[in-house]
Amino acid sequence: MGKGQPGDRERPIIMTDRTMFDLKPADPKRIDEKYLSHLELGEPDKTFLDSNELVINMGPQHPATHGVLRVILKLDGEKVLGTECVIGYLHRGVEKIAENRTYTMFNPYVDRMDYVAAVSNGLGYCEAVEKLLNVEAPPRAKYIRVILTELNRMASHQLWLGTHALDIGAMTPLFYTFRDREEILKIFEKYCGARLTTHAFRIGGCQYETYEGFERDVIKFLDYVPAKIDEYEELLTTNRIWLERTKNVGVISRADAIALGVTGPVLRASGVKWDLRKAQPYAAYSDFDFEIPIGTNGDTYDRYTVRMEEMRQSLRIIRQAVEKIPEGPIMAKVPKVIKPPVGEVYHSIEAPKGELGYFIVSDGSTQPYRIRVRPPSFVNLQALDIMVRGALVADVIAVIGTLDIVLGEVDR
Amino acid sequence: MVARFKGQYGTGIREANTYLGQNYMVVDPSIISEVLRILRDREQFDYCVDVTAVHYPEREKQFDVLWILYSFSKNERVRIKIMIADGESVPSAVSIWATANWLEREVYDMFGIRFDGHPDLKRILLPDGWKGHPLRKDYGIIQQDQEWVKANLGIESGQ
Repeated sequence: MGKGQPGDRERPIIMTDRTMFDLKPADPKRIDEKYLSHLELGEPDKTFLDSNELVINMGPQHPATHGVLRVILKLDGEKVLGTECVIGYLHRGVEKIAENRTYTMFNPYVDRMDYVAAVSNGLGYCEAVEKLLNVEAPPRAKYIRVILTELNRMASHQLWLGTHALDIGAMTPLFYTFRDREEILKIFEKYCGARLTTHAFRIGGCQYETYEGFERDVIKFLDYVPAKIDEYEELLTTNRIWLERTKNVGVISRADAIALGVTGPVLRASGVKWDLRKAQPYAAYSDFDFEIPIGTNGDTYDRYTVRMEEMRQSLRIIRQAVEKIPEGPIMAKVPKVIKPPVGEVYHSIEAPKGELGYFIVSDGSTQPYRIRVRPPSFVNLQALDIMVRGALVADVIAVIGTLDIVLGEVDR
Repeated sequence: MVARFKGQYGTGIREANTYLGQNYMVVDPSIISEVLRILRDREQFDYCVDVTAVHYPEREKQFDVLWILYSFSKNERVRIKIMIADGESVPSAVSIWATANWLEREVYDMFGIRFDGHPDLKRILLPDGWKGHPLRKDYGIIQQDQEWVKANLGIESGQ
């Protein structure tokens, strides 16, 4: 029971008897020693008398971490002095599984890494194994691959926009983007029966021919969606709250971005005009005209504009691909049992999040000797610390959103 | 580039070759740190794509450690490889490319290869107290650290 009467004039205005609650603060030193001791942290601002360091834990069960990411924040009031990410909650040992499966059996597993862009994962894997086998998918298969991959990039960016805006406080874009993403998922479902973990491609090409009316559906989507992208932009691009929350937030310089190996829209927003689809074209990307949007400031707002423009460029690519899609077989001549010759290969593609690479070592058997996945989200997440230092706690949420991480891929 | 390296290090460059259009270079572990630094500074390989390892238990030098590098200005990739025995450590590349930090931690986590000079070498994907390095070939696919599972999850087995 508490002590003292509320009406007692001798008592201070804050009445709560704190001994009533056994509220011992978590010992920050313990977390400090474990996670933060090695970081060169900034000193707390001594301007205010009551400034004090505070270590708080965010996640792993936090809605704004887009999965199970735990971030330990060291704060001075609202200011972030340093962070440490604790990851691995979703670790399934994909690389170990690969060593115990045949090349064909491992194909569906890759969809479970970046599960919002499963088609891209499959494309990277199939192309890596094809390279090792020295076969090439036929042109028609390549075009189908490009169409589906770009649709998937679009879907991934839509999901990113919806959740990122929701984190920052704008709820409407989520409903808009999910409404339109549904149209893409419907096309996937009609094509291969699955909406998310599609397993759309096979080593050597595609398993399924496009369904009756595939082109019509895609064109219909292409005609439908540009107005919707304008609609998202109308909600956000000049919205004052959005500008306040994203401009000059989570800035990463060009030099830092390169040193940290950041790729994808995050790198491009820092002013590096680099896209693997142009730099080292794979599938049929060399056949299409498209631009690489870049930003200048490397802040959250630039990353937003880069991704918005990327959606439009994806639509351009899809339209060209649908118009020019050649006739012909969809499977190259690959043996029934896939047994690549002894050797190593690294192949990477521009996934929606950045460079997704597969390093495969073959020992000449039906099972890969080693598969290493170079996940874009994992490497990009490393930049979080640099991007949020000196910012406010609320900006951490914005930066996690703008990095567009998928924990399935970070942890593999 | 290979000629320049060979002129400088002679037999320190064990092999420089191309397979499926991809360049790779096998170098002696003693000079790896210098080679990586020169690759960044002189040869403009400013982007470290990946650091990884492969385990060959039947070999005397059990591990291959690989750096996959990319140069923005040349639009070129190269793989640098060293072979080390179990228990040997590798100089860390964190001072050369900041991105190597987590990548090296992952290699340590999965293979138990130590990186000298790494600012904070500890497990990254597996829990800190875990025993064993799962991507070694002698680690079974359903093997797990039973003690850790019992102590931390309160269950008999994670299977």
